[in-house]
Amino acid sequence: MSSQKDNIQDSLLSLVNINLQIGERSLLENVNLELNRGEIVTVVGPNGAGKTTLLRVALGLQKPTSGKVTVNAGITIGYVPQKLHIDPTFPITVRRFLALAKSHKKVDFSKLLDDVGAAHVIDSPLQNLSGGELQRILMARALMREPDVLVLDEPVQGVDVHGQVELYELISRVRTERNCAILMVSHDLHLVMASTDRVFCLNRHICCSGTPEVVINDPAYTELFGAHAARHLAFYVHDKEHKHEQDPQHVNSCDCDEGKDCV
Amino acid sequence: MFDDFLIRALLGGLGVALVAGPFGSFVVWRRLAYFGDTLAHSALLGVALGFILHINLTLGIFIICQILAILLFISQYQRQLASDTLLGIFSHGALSLGLVALGFMDNVRIDLVSYLFGDILAIGTTDLIWIYGAGGVALIGLIAIWKPLLSITIHEDLARVEGLPVDRINWLFLGLIALTVAIMMKVVGMLLVTALLIIPAATARRFASTPESMAIIAMVIGGLSVTLGLLGSFYYDTPSGPSIVVAGCILFISSILLPRR
Repeated sequence: MSSQKDNIQDSLLSLVNINLQIGERSLLENVNLELNRGEIVTVVGPNGAGKTTLLRVALGLQKPTSGKVTVNAGITIGYVPQKLHIDPTFPITVRRFLALAKSHKKVDFSKLLDDVGAAHVIDSPLQNLSGGELQRILMARALMREPDVLVLDEPVQGVDVHGQVELYELISRVRTERNCAILMVSHDLHLVMASTDRVFCLNRHICCSGTPEVVINDPAYTELFGAHAARHLAFYVHDKEHKHEQDPQHVNSCDCDEGKDCV
Repeated sequence: MFDDFLIRALLGGLGVALVAGPFGSFVVWRRLAYFGDTLAHSALLGVALGFILHINLTLGIFIICQILAILLFISQYQRQLASDTLLGIFSHGALSLGLVALGFMDNVRIDLVSYLFGDILAIGTTDLIWIYGAGGVALIGLIAIWKPLLSITIHEDLARVEGLPVDRINWLFLGLIALTVAIMMKVVGMLLVTALLIIPAATARRFASTPESMAIIAMVIGGLSVTLGLLGSFYYDTPSGPSIVVAGCILFISSILLPRR
């Protein structure tokens, strides 16, 4: 396993054979995922597919039942949660929220907020922000730590379509300007496809993965989202079929699909 | 006309209000009111322990509150029961166990009402030392963990990813709350401890723009409630603990009725 890792030069974070079981329920099955510097990786999947759980495992917030999470030594991870549950009685402004972040050097908050397009809310109470504004503020707080890996949990949840496009543009820009790796989850399919390098289609296990073009044309992808949209079809049936099928685009061979070295 | 006991009562009440302000703010922000209630309800068990071990009763209360805080902290990792169910079991279990334990002690006669609703007029010099000593420790401890505790209050996982020792700080915070609850017992009693924690903090909210200003305003409002309640209790011969809480409620309602700035 270690020789495999050494061969990949700029891998910042990798999940190998992750299984997670809580009680009788299996939340993640044999998930493999790797994140390289400078790329945007998106995990898509229906509700309850384990997307957020997968992020929590990657962040070290949830210990997997088995499998290995490897984070390169010395890298910083920035986390952008989906939302904050702050009690309305908690008096806190955006400025103060940013000041609470552990940061090694002094940060110019107005410049930082300008950068993420949220300079106008610097003195607003945190509870008054719209979904898009909050995402920008959370992103600003994560960026203060100059992360090598930025992890976003459903960054466009509850944001209108126009705002979604803008947020994805911001995420792409952050990747380019800071050369960090970005791992995000999304249940939205269309917009995210345009701004991601690789997609992992998750339904407890990885159904298919690869570039957006490859994934969109994968029968497993259509099946997962088509079936889900139609009605709540039994995922078990889907899983059983899927496990036995020798899909060339299955997780173990996904790197080949992208023309990378297959180790 | 103000006697020594009244001055001791006022000093004790003000001391407790100073500690209750910041802790009460966190209780409100983190929605821990029921948690505070549970700790307070274990006080009689602490009194029983104090009698058994022949130690200061406040110390007995403090020990039991600490044990309960530890049990509650550990049990939050189980997923079988909702937290309010669990708190209810601990709360009423500890209250009843305390009464039963005291019932077994034939030679002990306590004034139950003074434990339920406080006995601020009976505050002695030892109580004052406890209030200011333990209260001072609680406040210094809270100031020491203030900033990380604010981060944890905003988003626990975010704080964890940013490298804060979240569990350690939560432990410490619960321990300090247990200490605060123990010293508040004498002033408002076990049934009203939570009231003195949350009413001044809730009243302060409207006037505060930062967490710190809310904590400080809650201190002032708590002190005002104690003073007004004590005066009322003195002039109208009403029970002191409930009078303090009534004063707090009047201040809270007045703050709501004030026109918005």
